[in-house]
Amino acid sequence: MNGLERVMLRLFLVVALPAVLVVAWWFASDDSTDIYWPPLRTILSTFPDVWTGERLREDVLPSLLRLSAGYACAAVAGVALGTVIGSYRRVRAVCEPVLEFLRAVPPPVLVPVIMLFAGIGDTMKIAVIASGCVWPILLNTVEGVRAVDSVMSETARSYGVTGVARLRHLVLRSASPQIFAGLRQALSIGIILMVISEMFAASNGLGFTIVQFQRGFAIPDMWTGILLLGLLGFVLSVVFRLVERRALGWYHGLRDASRRSS
Amino acid sequence: MLDVSGLKKVYEGSGRRVEAVRDLTFTVDAGELVCLVGPSGCGKTTLLKCVGGLLTPTAGEVLVGGRRVTGPPPDMAVVFQEYGRSLFPWMRVRENVELPLRQKKLSSGRRRELVADALASVGLTDAAGAYPWQLSGGMQQRVAIARALAYEPEVLLMDEPFAAVDAQTRADLEDLVRGLWRQRGITILFVTHDIDEAVYLGERVLILSSSPTVVQEQLKVDLPADRDQLHTRVAPRFAELRTHVYEQIQAAKRGTPVDRVVKDLRSDAPPTK
Repeated sequence: MNGLERVMLRLFLVVALPAVLVVAWWFASDDSTDIYWPPLRTILSTFPDVWTGERLREDVLPSLLRLSAGYACAAVAGVALGTVIGSYRRVRAVCEPVLEFLRAVPPPVLVPVIMLFAGIGDTMKIAVIASGCVWPILLNTVEGVRAVDSVMSETARSYGVTGVARLRHLVLRSASPQIFAGLRQALSIGIILMVISEMFAASNGLGFTIVQFQRGFAIPDMWTGILLLGLLGFVLSVVFRLVERRALGWYHGLRDASRRSS
Repeated sequence: MLDVSGLKKVYEGSGRRVEAVRDLTFTVDAGELVCLVGPSGCGKTTLLKCVGGLLTPTAGEVLVGGRRVTGPPPDMAVVFQEYGRSLFPWMRVRENVELPLRQKKLSSGRRRELVADALASVGLTDAAGAYPWQLSGGMQQRVAIARALAYEPEVLLMDEPFAAVDAQTRADLEDLVRGLWRQRGITILFVTHDIDEAVYLGERVLILSSSPTVVQEQLKVDLPADRDQLHTRVAPRFAELRTHVYEQIQAAKRGTPVDRVVKDLRSDAPPTK
């Protein structure tokens, strides 16, 4: 099989199932008269009318900005706290039970609480997203930092690589595969919380718009919103994968190399 | 250059008290290549970590160039046995060698010079841009040696550096280390469990007893300075020395008093050259 054929085959494997699902949906819903299950044909033809440039600017962009802000806060806080907790056994012993409790609290129940002190503006939504995203990042960072190899650690010490340099060149790099695993989990949580926080109290955003459509019985419009959310999640995860490939190129190479030799 | 006196290390933990090293005293002169050999589990690594400032001894002290070791000394470099875990897999070969130099606050020009020189002297100039895991085990250990050389240490500690590579690579690396030692005049303390390696490499061999460890014997290796794998290893003198070291290690394992085994080869009465 030559290179082009291999690419085509991979492309086919990637596209096949989604195509089958779309076709199945198309025909299954084609003669639907149920107002809640409009034909896919109707949904798709509604799509360009609903998601105009203005709407993308007024609703999708604010949502994305809030998501990025909350996600970024969670990443910084999670990695920073996780590094501290992972580095010191005592701190870990003190924090672990509390972390397990806080992690078990479903983030959406925090929305009413956070609304009380952060109001109903952007701050509230960013706080909700951050408070949900932080846990997987934090816990994975703790594990990654704990697992720094003892020989690497001694190597760094004996060559005078200490303090900030140790953190930058050894601890964070060595924990980065775990940190990325946390970031990936956090991304899907972030999208969920972005929508939920906009359903409670908002005047714009994707979640807000979808609820508005539903309340106004604009059912095909509501479905286009759900489709858009799905696409958005897909695009974000592809972007994430690209970033990860770049940042963790060494890790994948190392894994392949050790798999080949064993 | 290196003075170890009355070194003792006791590990305490979970109700068990393990005396890894009882009482070690020896010196390594400047520019000397000394091999430490002993039965497995005799605390060689403990000793090396105490010398390298990675462990604090329970009693006794280590002096490097007259200064007492309380942490890793800045003029000492270490080559570990586990090359795969000692090089950073997220850094290319060049960056791995350069990282310690950055901590020394050397200028970037000087760093580049040292890195290029070190990589050239281990024969890895072409591999500078590769990741460690793209190289064979022997090459990875060469990178670790290059990193140590670039650091410009007075003393180089090597902890069973070739235990995990195949026999042929090992022979090459032994010659590399001896060559670098003669070229650069570094003081080397080389820990190994391989008797032949100890005799082939060292100017002096320190034989350790079983744990709790003491220096069982110091043996001067009176082989010519020019050594090669082909001829040195079949020289009658080489065979005598390795047999003697072997007997001593067997005796150490059995715990037989030293005097009954030692014959005419005591280091205080070395045969004439």
